[in-house]
Amino acid sequence: MAISTNFWIWIAALLTLAIYSFLYKDNPFYKFAEYLLVGISIGYGISIYWHNTIITKVYNPLVYDKNFLVLIPLLLGLLMFSRFFKNVSYLSRIPIAFVVGAGTGLSVPSSFEFLFKQIYATMPLKLDIGSLIIVVGVISTLVYFFFSLEHKGFVGKVSKVGITFIMVAFGAAFGYTIMARVSLFIGRIQFLLSDWLGIIK
Amino acid sequence: MFVRRTLPLLVSAVFGVALILQFFVPHPASKNFYNMMLDWLIIVSAFTYLIAVQSTVELHFTKIKRKVEGWQYSIIVLIALFVTAFLGVFGGAFMPTTLWMKIFPSVKPSDTTPLMYTYLYMQMPMQSTIFSLLAFYMASAAFRSFRARSFDATLLLITAGIVTLGRVPLGEFIYKGLPDVVEWILKYPNMAAQRGILIGVQLGIIATSIKIILGIEGKYLGGGK
Amino acid sequence: MKFINFINNLDKRWIYLILALCIIIPFLFPVGFPMKTTPPVKSIYDFIEDSIPEGGVVLIGADYDPSTMAELHPMAKVVAAHALSNNLRVLFVTLYPQGAGMAQDVIDNVLREWNKSNPDNPKELGKDITLLAYVPGVSAVVLKMGEDILQTFNEDGYGNKLSELEVMKGIKNYNNINLMVELAGSSVVLTWLIYANGRYGLKMGIGTTAVSAAEYYSYLQSKQAIGMLGGLKGAAEYEHLLDEKKVYGGRKDASIGMDAQSSAHIFFIILIILGNIAYFVKKRKEGK
Repeated sequence: MAISTNFWIWIAALLTLAIYSFLYKDNPFYKFAEYLLVGISIGYGISIYWHNTIITKVYNPLVYDKNFLVLIPLLLGLLMFSRFFKNVSYLSRIPIAFVVGAGTGLSVPSSFEFLFKQIYATMPLKLDIGSLIIVVGVISTLVYFFFSLEHKGFVGKVSKVGITFIMVAFGAAFGYTIMARVSLFIGRIQFLLSDWLGIIK
Repeated sequence: MFVRRTLPLLVSAVFGVALILQFFVPHPASKNFYNMMLDWLIIVSAFTYLIAVQSTVELHFTKIKRKVEGWQYSIIVLIALFVTAFLGVFGGAFMPTTLWMKIFPSVKPSDTTPLMYTYLYMQMPMQSTIFSLLAFYMASAAFRSFRARSFDATLLLITAGIVTLGRVPLGEFIYKGLPDVVEWILKYPNMAAQRGILIGVQLGIIATSIKIILGIEGKYLGGGK
Repeated sequence: MKFINFINNLDKRWIYLILALCIIIPFLFPVGFPMKTTPPVKSIYDFIEDSIPEGGVVLIGADYDPSTMAELHPMAKVVAAHALSNNLRVLFVTLYPQGAGMAQDVIDNVLREWNKSNPDNPKELGKDITLLAYVPGVSAVVLKMGEDILQTFNEDGYGNKLSELEVMKGIKNYNNINLMVELAGSSVVLTWLIYANGRYGLKMGIGTTAVSAAEYYSYLQSKQAIGMLGGLKGAAEYEHLLDEKKVYGGRKDASIGMDAQSSAHIFFIILIILGNIAYFVKKRKEGK
């Protein structure tokens, strides 16, 4: 393999290096790339909304399928723009209230169901060391985060056990986080060495 | 005033309660209502993004107008935004539009769209590189602030060390049983604490949801009367 | 003491440089340590391999963006390739606009690589694999799919009517999906678990970033998810499993990164140890 002759790969590589230049110190190349990214990603978002949502979910159903029921949510959505006009800006609260209210209504029963599944899974179905650790860990962690009771005496002891479990969990998460961050860098090095420079396969 | 405060709270209460009740009513009419609500939610949500776009554009316009320090970069944002959106809307998202193919007769339907070029060769490398910087900050933090100051911190440190080593092939090479030790830590003590936190958070979410439906919690409507 | 002072006053850019070398050098001189497959990875692989009949459907949730693509992109590629190798249909879905571009890149890549290594069993966009149009609304979308997938999206990401696509034949809702593998590094995983798995009983596997992996063990134990690929290592394990079948020739992005991952982890551990030595020596000296 040899160094890439693809114009776009070069663009990608130079933008990558522009961002890494920040590790040495802040500089205009980094800033340029940073702001370019903001602009491009919003522009990309608009395009996806246009083709996948506005055309697919509003324009086509209205124009081709003559589905006029779409008009109600459409008007509701358009009301959001009222926030840009001072004297009627309060009207934008109605669609927001609808989204929040309906969304909450949908979530409550399912969230309970989810919670029960998690609690059910905590019940020890057989007596072994694993199930015991799980029961003790879950309860003591909950006690640690329960601030309505003063953490003294028995409650204090249980919450001490809780913090031990929490520290193990945070340690595991920290170890995993190291792994994640390293992987992100590996991804970029792979691009630079392989797709751009062609040093590795 | 009724329209400013009470009506929105009423709207969220009515739809909230209706959709909770719907969950328990298997009647076809209830099912139809549920389906209609989902369609409405999808379309109304589409507008929230446009609102966010509008605010960003306004922010950068103001920066340029007032010549705030670094205003030149705001020009880059706006140019990049409009050019990308233009290419995306007229050129197509993942497949060239018929309009684009009419203007450029050499373009085939299977060709990569101009939007995908900006995505694959500009947005993708930049965004992934920015996040990969975290590897460096993490290294520096591991060196400077990750100290075994107390029993709890030492416990965290040891677990982190075991997981860090046990999750890569080299760790397995050093001690064959290490991946199993890590799997055990993750499956039992780690899982127990994570679940404790999860249950706490879920209870909090449910409590907030009920407060929203009852109209006790109205912060999401923003300030003002 | 000189050494301790040196450590305490070290410019962090030296650390950056060594970390970069720790990652670059293994790419140039690969060792390729063997690795064991962990049970959560194996169970997703086995399910796709043994429990889905030919023509079955795997739904892949591409709910990530370029910031975590280093970990999740290899998963998306390898799971999609595995499903295709068993003549299953693959649908990509995303709840975020950024995910659509990710999914499109995976589909493009996998189809190209697959058709290169299997000219006798070519796969086609719209017939074997597709991307459902991005539709906003997150939980509303997940719920609506449980009722009617065609009505949720109307079209695929390329502007074709879903009802006219061969890949969608016989698919109405989650009942017709054999497995979903949700790839994400955020709480959107919870959305899928609560609504698709909880309310509609969709069978799910999770592919996630290493940052979230520790958290998601709760869903494995409760059997809400059948398995999990955690971080680049999870993707590499899956690549190894698929490699044994010798059906797919695509680049093994995750596996080739594993040496670098190993050396960087050792470097991190050395950093933590050195940092602590410096701390304790300094504390003892100050205590005197």
